[in-house]
Amino acid sequence: MMQSKGQAEKGSVVLSLENITKRFGSLVANDDLSLSLNRGEILALLGENGAGKTTLMNILFGHYVPEEGTICVADDAGVLHELPKGSPSAALDAGVGMVHQHFTLAENLTGFDNIVLGTESLWQVWRSRAALRGRIEAIMQESGLTVDLDVKTAQLSVGEKQRIEILKALYRDVRVLILDEPTAVLTPQEADGLFVVLRRLAAKGLGVIFISHKLGEVLAVSHRIAVLRGGKKAGELITADADKRAIADMMVGRAVPPLQRNPSQVGSIILEFDRVSLKRGSMRQSLNDVSFAVKAGEIVGLAGVSGNGQSAIAALISGLETVDTGSVRLYGEPMKTNDPRALVAAGVARMPEDRQHDGVVGSMSVAENIAIEDLHSKEFQTAGFINRKAMRERADHGIKAYDIRCQGPDAQARLLSGGNIQKLILARVLERSPKVILANQPTRGLDIGAQSEVHQRILAARDRGAGVLLISEDLDELFALSDRLLVVHTGEVTDAGAVEGLDRGSVGMMMAGHSAHAAGEGRI
Amino acid sequence: MMRISLQPRSNVSLNARIIISIIAALAAFALVAVPVSFAGVSPLTAYWLMFKGSFGSMFAFSETLTRATPLILTGLAAAIAFRAKLWNIGAEGQLYAGALAAIGVGSGLLSLPAPLLIPAVVLAGIVAGGLLMVIPALLKLRFGADEVVVTLLLNFIVILFVQMLIEGPIKDPLALGWPQSVPLVDAAAFPKLFARMRVHGGLILGLVAALALWIVISKTVLGFEIRAVGQNKAAARFAGVPVNATMLKVALISGGLAGLAGVSEVAGVKGYLSADLSPGFGYSGIVVAMLAGLHPLGVVLAALFVAAVFVGADSMSRATGVSNYLADLVVALSLLCVLVGGFFLRFRLKFERAAVPVQMGE
Repeated sequence: MMQSKGQAEKGSVVLSLENITKRFGSLVANDDLSLSLNRGEILALLGENGAGKTTLMNILFGHYVPEEGTICVADDAGVLHELPKGSPSAALDAGVGMVHQHFTLAENLTGFDNIVLGTESLWQVWRSRAALRGRIEAIMQESGLTVDLDVKTAQLSVGEKQRIEILKALYRDVRVLILDEPTAVLTPQEADGLFVVLRRLAAKGLGVIFISHKLGEVLAVSHRIAVLRGGKKAGELITADADKRAIADMMVGRAVPPLQRNPSQVGSIILEFDRVSLKRGSMRQSLNDVSFAVKAGEIVGLAGVSGNGQSAIAALISGLETVDTGSVRLYGEPMKTNDPRALVAAGVARMPEDRQHDGVVGSMSVAENIAIEDLHSKEFQTAGFINRKAMRERADHGIKAYDIRCQGPDAQARLLSGGNIQKLILARVLERSPKVILANQPTRGLDIGAQSEVHQRILAARDRGAGVLLISEDLDELFALSDRLLVVHTGEVTDAGAVEGLDRGSVGMMMAGHSAHAAGEGRI
Repeated sequence: MMRISLQPRSNVSLNARIIISIIAALAAFALVAVPVSFAGVSPLTAYWLMFKGSFGSMFAFSETLTRATPLILTGLAAAIAFRAKLWNIGAEGQLYAGALAAIGVGSGLLSLPAPLLIPAVVLAGIVAGGLLMVIPALLKLRFGADEVVVTLLLNFIVILFVQMLIEGPIKDPLALGWPQSVPLVDAAAFPKLFARMRVHGGLILGLVAALALWIVISKTVLGFEIRAVGQNKAAARFAGVPVNATMLKVALISGGLAGLAGVSEVAGVKGYLSADLSPGFGYSGIVVAMLAGLHPLGVVLAALFVAAVFVGADSMSRATGVSNYLADLVVALSLLCVLVGGFFLRFRLKFERAAVPVQMGE
């Protein structure tokens, strides 16, 4: 089982990466990185997007070949052997397992089949399900990961799917388990459950690498933290001695200004959902009798585990959907739905959830992407002919005012990084001084520096009197920005009230579907 | 062990695109030299005869321009549709629809002087071709029907319909039994550009259409919307671009251009409609558009190239006995070479050496 490999004593080195350098053209993704992992240790790999975490793990798995450096994995006796470079199968054979951020499960198979898939010989005619099952159950018992093995994977929750992924790795006798941003899809309670399992696995001798950009959870679960920045190791420290502020500065490379929040000046209702129901194929896009209101000058946060109806609410405010029953009102008037251009004209700023996919036309220029919503305004066209000069001027202004890092107004949008694409979208939507702002996952995938800029912008718009609906899966962000919180679960929205009176635990319970009352009393 | 990886290039200049197209054409000629040699003729002789046959005299050049005229129009039809990712494979059918409309209006139904009748005939052809393309576009937008299949199959429906008509209701009784339609009245015929040459006013229409389309795509709001819809439909819809309306406009323009090609062949060359009006101009238009990188002005050059290859191959074939299927070979290989070239425009190859596995104990 799990412990069958590894007679070597706990605390000895199980994985060692030495002087890894990887270049992509002129970009140095990993610059002389060295890292070692001990048996029974949880090492957190912390860093912003683009710091080199994913590249390093892809090198470890043989997906990329580094220009320089060596990777060694210990065998059962604790002797280190160099891994041949560029060979994923060698990494698997050496006992390195990975749980990817995007799961790699066959949805139409049961958990049992997903776990054993690919481990049996093709020539084997019979298989002993009982024996295989016995082995899996032993692993479940040892690790504390329990899940129903006979249910089709499609019917499992995200947390359960993740457990299947981990079981799949353990079943293959890994000695090093790598988890890439494992908590991104979990409720706070599910994340806590995962941490318990990881500690238990580590206590049994497994080496764990935990990749994350969230400081709080890294401090909660790891023994040691390695911080990456710009492809280099910015520092390494024992978690017990770590200080949150210092690590954040280490990640960014400079001090991050704390968020300035002024007291809110709340005005009248500007956006209102009145008993809105919407039924589409999947639960993601369905709403059930949803009512809430957003007032001028406040930020209303919408918390919820991904896929509980956020997309439907965003699609309605974006003008991409129509309600089945109920109404959405803008400034008290029923909203003209299914017409993004009318919404833009009415002063609604919309930030798309998937900014690469829905936000920009990659092969068009920065200037064109900034102007695209206002194409028919007098500013950008005369008698159907485009005014390129005005577009370029607007882009020049946006690039300066929103600090968009690009070669200029004519650069293709696809060449911009995620953070700069988000700034481009801010320059597009905020420049018109909108009255209603839909901020859908505004900082997902952005680094701390860019996050802080986006947050400042949203707060500034609210101070100016705009009403903001903030949809986010990041509780830290919701608590830092929102004046009030709503929680969405399976298409139903509950008002959780002012942020001041709330704690994360009760919001987490509501995200998992427990009523506000039960959550308040801390029961499950 | 050598590993080859692909890395996307950030920006591709217009010059690079033009150079790649020229290299691709040259590469195609180099490849075709092999079968030409097998046919027992020196490739250089064959190519020289091809060149003479397409550009060597005023008459040859006029023939090339005549052949290029419908290719410019069907090439533009494909280029605008492909820009919006509306895969119109039905230019052949739209061409026949345009030609049929031209006969319907211009064979005696209207008796107008030429300055009025010619625009009426042209307009009828454009509308017929455009409306024919609107059918698959609506089916795509409303039901998600694949326009590749619908436009392709519509070609057969239209051509068979035309055959039925020219064997029956609109058959020319004076044509000695040949299946061809009643002729266009003289006032509807396009003027010739030069005395005793076949090149006709349709060429001017093609050039004007190319220029107009270039202005539409690069300078107007409609062109902006077409590019946005073609390159990222989701982002365009999110930003408020009317995706369906834009698609329908593209369908009308694309079908209309192919219909105009049909009018041009009837009113400029043949004078009547027959089932062999087009030797696949609709399909060749797709090749022309691809060779041109979907650029409207590039379409003119690409159409000239393809027309020259076909006209030159005919003449070369008469002189040497090498089959004129050579022309198909050159055009097809040019397309393949341009596609390969386009790939290298978007990616650069990078060679990296993978280390030899070493066992290292400790």
